[in-house]
Amino acid sequence: MAALKQWAGAAVAAPLEWIARALDAPLRLWQRVAGRGGMIAFFLAPNMAIFGIFVLLPLVINVAYSTTTGGALFLSERRFVGLDQYRRLLTCDDYSDLLTCQEDQFWTALTNTGTFVVLQVSLLIAIATATALILNRSLRARGFWRAVFFFPVLLSPVVVGLIWRWILDRNGVLNAALAGMGLDPVNWLLERNWAFAAAIGVTIWAHLGFYALILLAGLQAIPRDLYEAAEMDGTPPARVFWRITLPLLMPNMLVVIVLALIRAVQVFDEAFVLTGGGPGTATLFLTQYIYEVGFASLLKNPGLASAASILMGSILIVLTLAQLGLGRWNERRGGKK
Amino acid sequence: MTRTALALALGASLLGSTALAGDVRVMWYSDGVEGEVMKDLVERFNAENPGINVILDEVAYRVVQEQLQIQLEAGDGPDIARVTNIKTLAPHWLDMTPYLSDPDYWRTNFGAHADWMREDGSDAITGFMTQLTLTGGFANKTLFEQAGVALPGADATWDEWVEAAVAVAASQGTAAAFAIDRSGHRISGPNVSYGANYIGADGMPAPVDDGVKTFAAKLVGWVDDGAMLKDTWVAASGSTYRAAADDFINAQIPYYYSGSWQIANLSTKIGDAFDWVATGSPCGTAGCSGLAGGAALVAIKYTDNPEEVAKVMEYFAREDIVKEFSERTLFLPAHAGVAAAGGLDWQTDDPNVGAALDAFIAAAARIEPAAAVLPSWKWASPYYGALVNRISQVMAGELSLDEAFEKIDSDIAEQVAAAQ
Repeated sequence: MAALKQWAGAAVAAPLEWIARALDAPLRLWQRVAGRGGMIAFFLAPNMAIFGIFVLLPLVINVAYSTTTGGALFLSERRFVGLDQYRRLLTCDDYSDLLTCQEDQFWTALTNTGTFVVLQVSLLIAIATATALILNRSLRARGFWRAVFFFPVLLSPVVVGLIWRWILDRNGVLNAALAGMGLDPVNWLLERNWAFAAAIGVTIWAHLGFYALILLAGLQAIPRDLYEAAEMDGTPPARVFWRITLPLLMPNMLVVIVLALIRAVQVFDEAFVLTGGGPGTATLFLTQYIYEVGFASLLKNPGLASAASILMGSILIVLTLAQLGLGRWNERRGGKK
Repeated sequence: MTRTALALALGASLLGSTALAGDVRVMWYSDGVEGEVMKDLVERFNAENPGINVILDEVAYRVVQEQLQIQLEAGDGPDIARVTNIKTLAPHWLDMTPYLSDPDYWRTNFGAHADWMREDGSDAITGFMTQLTLTGGFANKTLFEQAGVALPGADATWDEWVEAAVAVAASQGTAAAFAIDRSGHRISGPNVSYGANYIGADGMPAPVDDGVKTFAAKLVGWVDDGAMLKDTWVAASGSTYRAAADDFINAQIPYYYSGSWQIANLSTKIGDAFDWVATGSPCGTAGCSGLAGGAALVAIKYTDNPEEVAKVMEYFAREDIVKEFSERTLFLPAHAGVAAAGGLDWQTDDPNVGAALDAFIAAAARIEPAAAVLPSWKWASPYYGALVNRISQVMAGELSLDEAFEKIDSDIAEQVAAAQ
């Protein structure tokens, strides 16, 4: 058995050794010519090329598109209009009345997205923390419960949207259950507040497991002796949570907050399949607005869609910088303690 | 020996991954059974024409609406496509005239709709309508009979139809009395029936007029009082298309306003669950108009094989093929010769189908001039989109009707300005 393992190891290693030997001489030569910096650049180049072509270049092209108008695809065939698209998106006669805005549905989408981010992220973090705390206890069938909470994360967003649509539809499972209990059915997806709540609830259900898992990892890294000391001191559980658990969970919590914020600003797939942006524009979010203007409309307007996406990108950059700042502040605070 | 084998393998792999001269790709979407019929026709064409290989790419309607235009703008895309956005994309269609063996055959048989699929002022032959469609209503005859409510007559107004449908809904306990597909195209026939004219004297979009305002106010009122199914229009935003066919099929509404393309769908899915009839379009104050339209099979000008494309198009446009396609798909033929000859042998056992097709043929005679010009009008699409988008907002309580009309005008003006 040991001989077989040794043979298999050698079989795997042999081609790698052969490649390493073949590359050794040219790489040494290159290091002599280019120096240490050159070697670093050499190994970074493939990654930077991929990042440049698939991330940076489209970003630059997107900025260029946002300064043009017309339906043509190629930049050379599009008319340059400077900042007109941004002006169109941001101009309102009266900022307290969104209907007076030139692109009132952009503002509606922005307001809806802002409200969604605040409510969804707060609820998500509260529920994910509670879930992680429960899953961190010595429950019976703990592995099973962890899997139950994580399972929705594995589903495609479209599947999530469809499942919940079948549940919440006028003729859906929930209304059938209500009717079975002799209660009046509710048009969950046609009432503005219910539809918005459904969008929040479904996205929380879909992503909860992922964030709970990150928090659970943080909880498991907290030394047990701190809790034992608190128990010996007779510290109440709430005080233990606020004084031990939460501060020590903060690095993981920050990651969760930032990821959840970014994901909430980008909300689209589950909500779009679930509500289609309706009723009216009650669940029209920024990404759907961009999609409608740039792709779904019969007369597409890629310039306006690009400008809206740049503005949305700016919001995400602000959020990311805020996260970095918070992270550093937290590190400094931890260092001082 | 090894080198030769490697070269052969490389050559074979290149051949496999590259479009061959003689390949003709067709982008095709289906509403009903036409995809199956088309597959059969393509197989027969390929068997009869060994030099040409037609590849049928079946896609969702959304793909044609959202992705085809982007492909075309990039000078790419299929060689032939089945589209409904025919006029807006006309600059991308191939003028097949130099490649056709008998252009006069096309002018004679498809000339009536040629302007729908070419740029204004052009005499190009770019394709043909795979079917003519006409918007119109369907009534659940069984529900009407069970409720003891007589079906309104051919000259009944929208109000009379809604009143009758409300009585049926109340008696039979359906979810609502009626529904109209969420589409600007669908409400344009009724708008014209109330006197609307979308086109200004200069050929550009006119401001919304009393015809549009009257029918829009009715629609909103019908949603408010629960006569019209709220789900279809309110449960979406923007210009998203939503059909209410499933609600009619499930007997959730006794009356449904959609169009002739639903006939095969209704026949297949309803079966003998209940009897249904096509009713034509209810009347307004200015007429009883539906809106004509349909899907066209068009050649794309970026093809590398225009001669082969023309041969394929000639095959699909042949009188016997159009006749067979129409009979099997239950679509109204756009071929003048086939329509004039009549005697189509509809391939169905459903007794509702023949009567429904006859009803739509009769309703075609009632299309008002203001509706008849819309399929070939370049700016119809932004008009339709703005109507749906803003009227839905009124139904959802976000805008007043007056605010919506103002927004419709400004939306259309901005879209036209951006597209020019």
